[in-house]
Amino acid sequence: MNATSHRRHGAERDQDFGDVDRPGLLAALAAVVPPANLLVDGEDLKPYECDGLSAFRQVPLAVVLAENEGQVAAVLGICHRLGAPVVARGAGTGLSGGALPHGQGIVLSLAKMKRILHLDPVARVAVVEPGVRNLAISEAAAPHGLYYAPDPSSQIACSIGGNVAENAGGVHCLKYGLTVHNVLRVRGVTVEGEIVELGSQALDVPGYDLLALMIGSEGLLAVVTEVTVKLVPKPETARVVMASFDDVTKAGDAVAAIIAAGIIPAGLEMMDKPATAAVEPFVNAGYDLDAEAILLCESDGTPEEVEEEIGRMRAVLEGCGATGIRVSADEAERLKFWAGRKAAFPAAGRISADYYCMDGTIPRKRLGDMLRAIAGMEKKYGLRCINVFHAGDGNLHPLILYDANVPGELERTEAFGADILALSVKLGGTVTGEHGVGAEKLGGMCVQFDGEELSTFHRVKAAFDPAGLLNPGKAVPSLHRCAEFGRMHVHAGELKFPDIERF
Amino acid sequence: MDAAAQFAERIRAADGGERALRLRGGGSKDFYGGALVGEVLDTREHRGIVAYEPTELVITARCGTPLAEIEAALAAQGQCLPFEPPHFGAGASLATVGGVVAAGLSGPRRAAVGAVRDFVLGVQLLDGVARRLTFGGQVMKNVAGYDVSRLMAGSLGTLGLILEVSLKVLPRPVAEATLRFDLPQAQAIEAMNAWAGQPLPISATCWQDGVLTVRLSGARAAVAAACRKLGGDLVDEGAAFWEALRQQRLDFFAGGEILQRLALPSVAPPLDLPGAQLIEWGGSQRWWRGDAAAARQAASRAGGHATSFRGGDKSAGVFQPLPAPLMQIHRRLKAAFDPRGVFNPGRLYPDLST
Ligand SMILES: Cc1cc2nc3c(=O)[nH]c(=O)nc-3n(C[C@H](O)[C@H](O)[C@H](O)COP(=O)(O)OP(=O)(O)OC[C@H]3O[C@@H](n4cnc5c(N)ncnc54)[C@H](O)[C@@H]3O)c2cc1C
Repeated sequence: MNATSHRRHGAERDQDFGDVDRPGLLAALAAVVPPANLLVDGEDLKPYECDGLSAFRQVPLAVVLAENEGQVAAVLGICHRLGAPVVARGAGTGLSGGALPHGQGIVLSLAKMKRILHLDPVARVAVVEPGVRNLAISEAAAPHGLYYAPDPSSQIACSIGGNVAENAGGVHCLKYGLTVHNVLRVRGVTVEGEIVELGSQALDVPGYDLLALMIGSEGLLAVVTEVTVKLVPKPETARVVMASFDDVTKAGDAVAAIIAAGIIPAGLEMMDKPATAAVEPFVNAGYDLDAEAILLCESDGTPEEVEEEIGRMRAVLEGCGATGIRVSADEAERLKFWAGRKAAFPAAGRISADYYCMDGTIPRKRLGDMLRAIAGMEKKYGLRCINVFHAGDGNLHPLILYDANVPGELERTEAFGADILALSVKLGGTVTGEHGVGAEKLGGMCVQFDGEELSTFHRVKAAFDPAGLLNPGKAVPSLHRCAEFGRMHVHAGELKFPDIERF
Repeated sequence: MDAAAQFAERIRAADGGERALRLRGGGSKDFYGGALVGEVLDTREHRGIVAYEPTELVITARCGTPLAEIEAALAAQGQCLPFEPPHFGAGASLATVGGVVAAGLSGPRRAAVGAVRDFVLGVQLLDGVARRLTFGGQVMKNVAGYDVSRLMAGSLGTLGLILEVSLKVLPRPVAEATLRFDLPQAQAIEAMNAWAGQPLPISATCWQDGVLTVRLSGARAAVAAACRKLGGDLVDEGAAFWEALRQQRLDFFAGGEILQRLALPSVAPPLDLPGAQLIEWGGSQRWWRGDAAAARQAASRAGGHATSFRGGDKSAGVFQPLPAPLMQIHRRLKAAFDPRGVFNPGRLYPDLST
């Protein structure tokens, strides 16, 4: 674009944006978007102060509701010229504070860009704007017997742009993949105002796989303005097995046994007893409330194939000591079994004033170890935790229940969560499987990566956004921040960032 | 000193000119990509499977491990690399797993299950200043930091020396069957796209010279049902045919004239290019012998791109040039990982390091 920002993105410390000229910024923005699309009053800004992680709140300088790519480019051009931070926002369902506003910057909402531009049932692709809801794509594809496979539990609300930014998964991603496996092309605008197209409707492009880099980049590399997704045929039929266990470790072992038998279920989810107790009154899914854990194991395909696979699943589950097995008799019952799982987060919200959702991933075989450790942490922190897992992928969603109005509970909750994440890394896993690092897991990143790896991430960011204006301070912590974090949490005497000055 | 430490020393001693490094495993893909420049750094000293647990669906191996060794270990447990990477080498030039990832080439099953990049879970690498870095991991889902591991797939060794890689693996299909149909090109393209929109267990397709060959893979019942539904002639030597296609040993691939690979939207109608074509991946990958300019023009018109894959004159560049904003990002990324330009100069694009 015309002018270059005076800012430079680096690894050492977060940039200071205290000098952003708010009146100048607002005047420039007012010149490129209609008045109704520029929110500046406290009252109008309030709904944007947080995403799905409501423990983190910040009011931005302004919110811009973009209606087309031209406006996105114009807004980014202005922010680049004036050196102002930009936080892209889809539906705001993120659970890691990724869309948390920057106090000296603007929120760029893509929610108004929600047209399905093109759906080609023969080529099996849909080209959509970033604000299109995940479920809306599958609904539009349904008349053709097709759907968009990744199905996050938030799919009625979350946007495809947000899915791309987080590499969202769903209960069926063990078999059908994550966002990264189901998006063919992303078009976006860099903060320098360049339109870039990553990936293609052809299955690959020359050069580096920038599409893979873009997916899961949490709004730090470019603002997504268009997405081409792959549509896949709906399986003829699907049935789900619900198995009860009298011991969580046995349920965890059953997950490994199913995979060992050469079965890749369409979905493989686990809920512990407190989780089923929380959701059952809410959805009447018919869960076995006496079981210490239940597994939901889905098979899809042709009727013959499903029959065959359900038989094999049943044999494995029985062999692993399941105390009860039910197979969905029809589609209504299948949906009912899943409804409980998909309602786990809202159910947590009903039985507790607040809940904090964790997202570590561990090797499947460590599920039992993790569950036992979490039980110990519940005692240590005096807080309850209910567990729902994408067990097939080893992705955990412990929901820590707390009350923000009780002094000290949020702090204990955060410490509890940090313990779970540190253990996830120790067990050979990661601090986030699908919700992203956002504003929330910066500390966990300092545990998982060393200074040189983090510096590499910062250089990747600078390759797309040299001025460091897109979602600054999120996803990848500065080295300085890790040094401070390390001062608070020295792990077993080892210091991960010995070179950085400490305060 | 272990092999990785020796590699690090070589990297530190290298530069972007006379002493650049040419990363090489078995050399089975020496034919692929741009110029071969620099002193050879042979990765095969750093070999061996580091971890393989079938129930975790992950294998971790050092870069120099022969692909054949990995496939044998997986086969012994009834598993496989689903993207069927081509070996393209034998004897002294056996493909290595580091090269599989760096070359980023996938085989017949690609359209059905995904490419190399879809199965890369984590890498350990040495960057251009010999920093040892680990990205991703051994778990299925991981969004901590940018997905640098997948970025390595197809980067042709220009960003770093992959020391170790973790790949997702899957069970081998229980049953397979191969069907053959006599169909002209346009109808074959239509059929492949129509079938891909139905819940059929199609795992590979190949059209050539009026014959469409289709492979079905999956549960016994599903394969049997699909055979009944699709009709066609059942082929006995199906497995041998797909292996020959994967390794480009079919007659179509013989000969020295430059082989163009065109990657297109699957629905692209037959291309107006003279001579024979071979079509794979449900219409998305098409092979043709002829010059780069014609291939690129036809591919661009159809919404894809062309690569001068094998043989011939490479002076026009092997990969289709990128739009300026993307090239700029490529250069910055190259500089981010390999600031001195020591790795494989010219292998991807001639002017990547500035
Ligand atoms: C009840 C509930 C259940 C959930 N279940 C799941 C689940 O099963 N699986 C799962 O993966 N997630 C789940 N989530 C998390 C969340 O829904 C996903 O992360 C989703 O992808 C976020 O989409 P969004 O549109 O709400 O994005 P937002 O929250 O608005 O933003 C998320 C991130 O994306 C960036 N962003 C948004 N739009 C763009 C754009 N156009 N260009 C660039 N960057 C952009 C933002 O800056 C931010 O960093 C759940 C959330 C809730 C509340």
